[in-house]
Amino acid sequence: MDLSYSPEEQAFQTEVRQFLADELPKEIAEKVRLDQDLTKDDMERWHAILNTRGWLAQNWPASFGGAEWSAVQRHIYDTEAAAAHAPRIVPFGFSMLGPVLQKFGSKEQQDYWLPRMLDGTDWWCQGYSEPGAGSDLASLKTKAVRDGDHYIVNGQKTWTTLGQFANMIFCLVRTDPDAKQQEGISFILIDMDTPGVEVRPIILLDGTHEVNEVWFTDVKVPVENLVGEENKGWTYAKYLLTHERTGLGGVGSSEAGLKAVKRIAKAANHNGKPLLENPHFAARVAQVEIDLRAMATTNLRIISKAAAGEAPGLEASMLKVKGSILRQEINDLARRAVGPYAMPFASEAVEGANDRIPDPLDAGPVAGQYFNNRKLSIFGGSNEIQRGIIAKVTMSGGA
Amino acid sequence: MNFNLTEERQMLQDTLRRYLREQYGTERRSKILESETGFSADIWTELAELGVLGALFTEDQGGFGGAGFDISVVFEELGRAGVVEPVLDSALLGGRLLAAAGKSDLVEQVIGGALHLAVAHGEPDSRYDLDHVNTTASDGKLTGRKAVVMNAEAADHLIVSAKNGDSIALYLVDKGATGLDIQGYPLLAGGRAAEVTLDNTPGEPLGLTLADYEAANRLALIAQCAEALGAMETATALTKDYLMTRQQFGRPIGTFQALAHRMSDLLIELEQARSAVINAAGYADDKDADLHLSASKNLIGRIGRLVAEEAIQMHGGIAMTQEYELAHIAKRIVMADHRFGDTDYHLERFIALSAA
Ligand SMILES: Cc1cc2nc3c(=O)[nH]c(=O)nc-3n(C[C@H](O)[C@H](O)[C@H](O)COP(=O)(O)OP(=O)(O)OC[C@H]3O[C@@H](n4cnc5c(N)ncnc54)[C@H](O)[C@@H]3O)c2cc1C
Repeated sequence: MDLSYSPEEQAFQTEVRQFLADELPKEIAEKVRLDQDLTKDDMERWHAILNTRGWLAQNWPASFGGAEWSAVQRHIYDTEAAAAHAPRIVPFGFSMLGPVLQKFGSKEQQDYWLPRMLDGTDWWCQGYSEPGAGSDLASLKTKAVRDGDHYIVNGQKTWTTLGQFANMIFCLVRTDPDAKQQEGISFILIDMDTPGVEVRPIILLDGTHEVNEVWFTDVKVPVENLVGEENKGWTYAKYLLTHERTGLGGVGSSEAGLKAVKRIAKAANHNGKPLLENPHFAARVAQVEIDLRAMATTNLRIISKAAAGEAPGLEASMLKVKGSILRQEINDLARRAVGPYAMPFASEAVEGANDRIPDPLDAGPVAGQYFNNRKLSIFGGSNEIQRGIIAKVTMSGGA
Repeated sequence: MNFNLTEERQMLQDTLRRYLREQYGTERRSKILESETGFSADIWTELAELGVLGALFTEDQGGFGGAGFDISVVFEELGRAGVVEPVLDSALLGGRLLAAAGKSDLVEQVIGGALHLAVAHGEPDSRYDLDHVNTTASDGKLTGRKAVVMNAEAADHLIVSAKNGDSIALYLVDKGATGLDIQGYPLLAGGRAAEVTLDNTPGEPLGLTLADYEAANRLALIAQCAEALGAMETATALTKDYLMTRQQFGRPIGTFQALAHRMSDLLIELEQARSAVINAAGYADDKDADLHLSASKNLIGRIGRLVAEEAIQMHGGIAMTQEYELAHIAKRIVMADHRFGDTDYHLERFIALSAA
């Protein structure tokens, strides 16, 4: 047992830290720190900076232009990036579609789409969920019918994160309505500029626009945009869902969040003393911190398993559940810490309005974030679904 | 022992519930939320006409209620419908302070819906402490800053606390007074508040002290607990309906035991919350009123968070959308914890009072 990083890993950590200090634009970091909406430009700018350094596609093999980092390296980057308030890399291309194309895509697809992801030509979004198909994804209804060298796609996707910025969407569609649910699904790539594609915003409860509905009416998709074989999409989707095994716990974000809570609670006054010295509040903070320390080690245990080439199974579900609960608890602490100043609403929608929002503790819209991060236990397989997987695997021997 | 409402209060509840069901649907409320003033003048007038504002005052004060249970009945209904009009601050807190000061002409206008008030007590670093006031008064001129003042922009008069020598006193400040600056903003759960600065601003002494403020604050606590209870009832009802109708894996999601048991827990806790509000209203004039009120506000804060979070979680994505009623209701519930002392504040006060 040795809890410390190897000399090489420590050197890598220093390198990452230096890179972030040198290259992360201050104004972008400040937006991330205060949980302000990033513009498309902000995100593309950061992607470009990472790409120049060769660090954009961290999990891809070098042969595809990736950094080919180990699980430990990725963990180090995630932790340092969260601490430095770097924007999250938009995951849909790099973490999701990229690995699927590398494993199941044709050579032509790989040669065409992967470089365009790296240089920012394409912005991908994920078209899985539908109004009627959330947890029960296999019940999806959007259908694609073969017509010569095209598919004609009709239906609706929803909850499409950052679809408003995307020009491409990867979708699960039904190609065989008569097959058993999972067996009639295909994985296709759709150009969002095609006639018949319509993106409608969904405003979330904290006033932010991060998700959308995407409607398809007689959308013509060339057959070469089918990934792998027809009706095998479910296999690819499952591969995609299980591919990204590390970073699920959001340990880096939690650590950064807890640090912010402490800073706010030190500045907040309660009965003439810093709130952080109040026994009730201090106990809440300590409780979360104790849990987080243990989870950081759980996370590292799973990472070193992955680094040793073992496929982590249930631990991914476990990390997702525990990690989301901890992050939400930290958001709850932050809203408590600011007291009455949790109530003002910083609306991105009204230009200039934010300048009028009082923020004496320099905390940003913590109550909005508290509500927004309720999503963490809902998306990517809800916590109920994860618990179901854990129970099924441990008690009846198969997922 | 009798847990039934009196006939008058039952009528008030029925009338208000029916009115809000008909007039305060999601569509109307969304319009109000997006409006510049943050509330509807029409709704305000109609609430006055229905006697809702009058029910918050005693007969001596020109109203026809004013007791703990009158207040809880009104606010439970306002909470149920997610009403954002500033009844609590403008009519109850402000109005009852003016009533205590013997300003019967102004109180009459409040009850009639013609006059709006704002109470400017909290300051940027006072958090929930009632006796932390740095604004000063000398020769009837007030100087200082007040934080998150509800309804300040719409108010005809502000009731401002200030230190006069060693003691805290309350003053009436006209909205057009010199040196008064009001920087307004919207609130996450609807309505508007403002940062208020006073710079040698003339204020009329109301002859009220911190003790008078604390008395009015007790009523506000009852109201806030009841409002949160009403909102929790809506959150629970919406969740129950959704669990029975939303289908995944070929069956209603409420048939999954993982959800069914949690729904049952919410119903259990909702009864606890209802009893806490009854305690708050019923012991409002008790010698241990503060102990009871802290117990209630702490419980409502804890259960409120549970209800809001579980209701969202059991809905899934749909509850994350601004358009869906639960989103607004959940925000009302959680933001209630940020007024008049949060869960921890009242836990601490409960411990101190029960040790005394
Ligand atoms: C902010 C946000 C961003 C998202 N981004 C994307 C995106 O980019 N692309 C995309 O495709 N999707 C996205 N999603 C969709 C997300 O994956 C779904 O919300 C999620 O799968 C849950 O589906 P649902 O919302 O329909 O809830 P439902 O599946 O209807 O679930 C409702 C409730 O029932 C529970 N439940 C369901 N089945 C069971 C069961 N068998 N046992 C016990 N409990 C059960 C759930 O856990 C939940 O509590 C996003 C969602 C959100 C909120």
